[in-house]
Amino acid sequence: MKKILKYVIADIIQNKIVIIYTLLLLTISFSVFSLESSAAKGMASLLNLVLLIVPLICIIFSTIYIYNSAEFIELLVSQPLKRKTLWLSLFGGLASSLSIAFLIGVGVPVLIYHADLTGLVLVLSGLFLTIVFVSIALWAAGMTRDKAKGIGWAIALWLFFALIFDAIVLFLLFQFQDYPLENAMVVMSFLNPIDLSRIQILLQMDISALMGYTGAVFQEFFGSLNGIVISFAGLILWIFIPLFFSLRRFAKKDL
Amino acid sequence: MIELKNISKKFGKLTVLNSVSTRFEEGECIALLGPNGCGKTTMIKTILGMVVPDSGSIIFEGREVNKDWRYREDIGYMPQIGRYPENMTISHLIQMMKDIRKDESVIPDEELIRSFGLNEIIHKKMRTLSGGTTQKVSAALAFMFHPKVLILDEPTAGLDPIASLKLKEKIIKEKEKGKLILITSHILSELDDLVTKIVYMNDGRFLFEKPIEDLKEETGEEKLSRAIARIMQSRLTQFTQPQIQLA
Repeated sequence: MKKILKYVIADIIQNKIVIIYTLLLLTISFSVFSLESSAAKGMASLLNLVLLIVPLICIIFSTIYIYNSAEFIELLVSQPLKRKTLWLSLFGGLASSLSIAFLIGVGVPVLIYHADLTGLVLVLSGLFLTIVFVSIALWAAGMTRDKAKGIGWAIALWLFFALIFDAIVLFLLFQFQDYPLENAMVVMSFLNPIDLSRIQILLQMDISALMGYTGAVFQEFFGSLNGIVISFAGLILWIFIPLFFSLRRFAKKDL
Repeated sequence: MIELKNISKKFGKLTVLNSVSTRFEEGECIALLGPNGCGKTTMIKTILGMVVPDSGSIIFEGREVNKDWRYREDIGYMPQIGRYPENMTISHLIQMMKDIRKDESVIPDEELIRSFGLNEIIHKKMRTLSGGTTQKVSAALAFMFHPKVLILDEPTAGLDPIASLKLKEKIIKEKEKGKLILITSHILSELDDLVTKIVYMNDGRFLFEKPIEDLKEETGEEKLSRAIARIMQSRLTQFTQPQIQLA
């Protein structure tokens, strides 16, 4: 496991995209903090970066990386290695290198300008989202052998979680506004890792004006430590469930 | 040593392997023959665990392979078209393969690396290599860890005459050490002094499995290519005659 992981990480670093991604995050974070009048406003702007750009780049980069590693995978499957080890190494390599990029690119500026609980929750959520979307990418890449289709799936999944899901939630709320939907909304938000992260960060920030509707409802239920624990548990599930399905598919894949 | 029991595999609607059963023993050198697309490569890949069969089981030295992946330590595989990570150099690739095998007490067999002259281009990236050179790398890797079983899929396709002679000499050397060698090729003339047993496949089935002496005796031919041609002809008449009688 460790050996393969080493080769995967070396390969990802050689590929330079992760380094560009780190620099991009650093530039955006620093400029946001120095442009806004207060660090709190800077945090609000960073929120969108963490909730939209980070998942997008993670899912697309990981999907492309899996397709480009086809030769590597084919070579190693015929070697004395467990398929599970190989797949988990790919996951580990992607997750760790993208997480490090995020920690440097967003973690460091937040630590400098806004080192409190809110900052911690923002960085932690971003970190979870990074790993969740690597996991989703591995699952998406297993769906088809065609690279273009696979990347299409990845983008569609991102669109779904970033935009379409909230649209559906709003639609349902307006359609069923005569009914008490609070409990249903709590359940719904667990179906979207981006929403889960958004709720956590916004609960910390205390700026309800920026909240999506899901968030507003969520606050009634989880204004406390319980809320944080339960929603992070939800994010952990979001890492393991797609990973489990992709692992199961890879175990049976013909190469 | 390797036993296949009722292996079947479908790709979509196409049946590639149709309930194949056989045994391969140590010291044999088996030629796997058959037209394009008859399932040779798929069969090899199922033995290696690269293709997962729909049904049936593969037993390697008494252990079922789908439960234990370690058997692959004893197999050297040379693919028909070797695909390697493009950005790796030859030396990186070799280093990685050594790393995977863990067992440092075994001194790797680098004879082919030297005789193919790969050590002179060891820092070239895999992307920049020609098809033939890539084949040389595949061959060198297959023999590197003294495997008990060698599986060679079209080993000489794409190699120049000198390289393919060197490879053939190496195969003979390994065969004399009592290893099981499984080889597919369309160039029958080059199998003549290698092979001990012929397996002929068609449409995912074994048409026949025979030791080469029996084959030559039955057909009265000395050359393998002629013997195969003869047997195919007689098969055809065997299959068609009863139909004529019925008509």
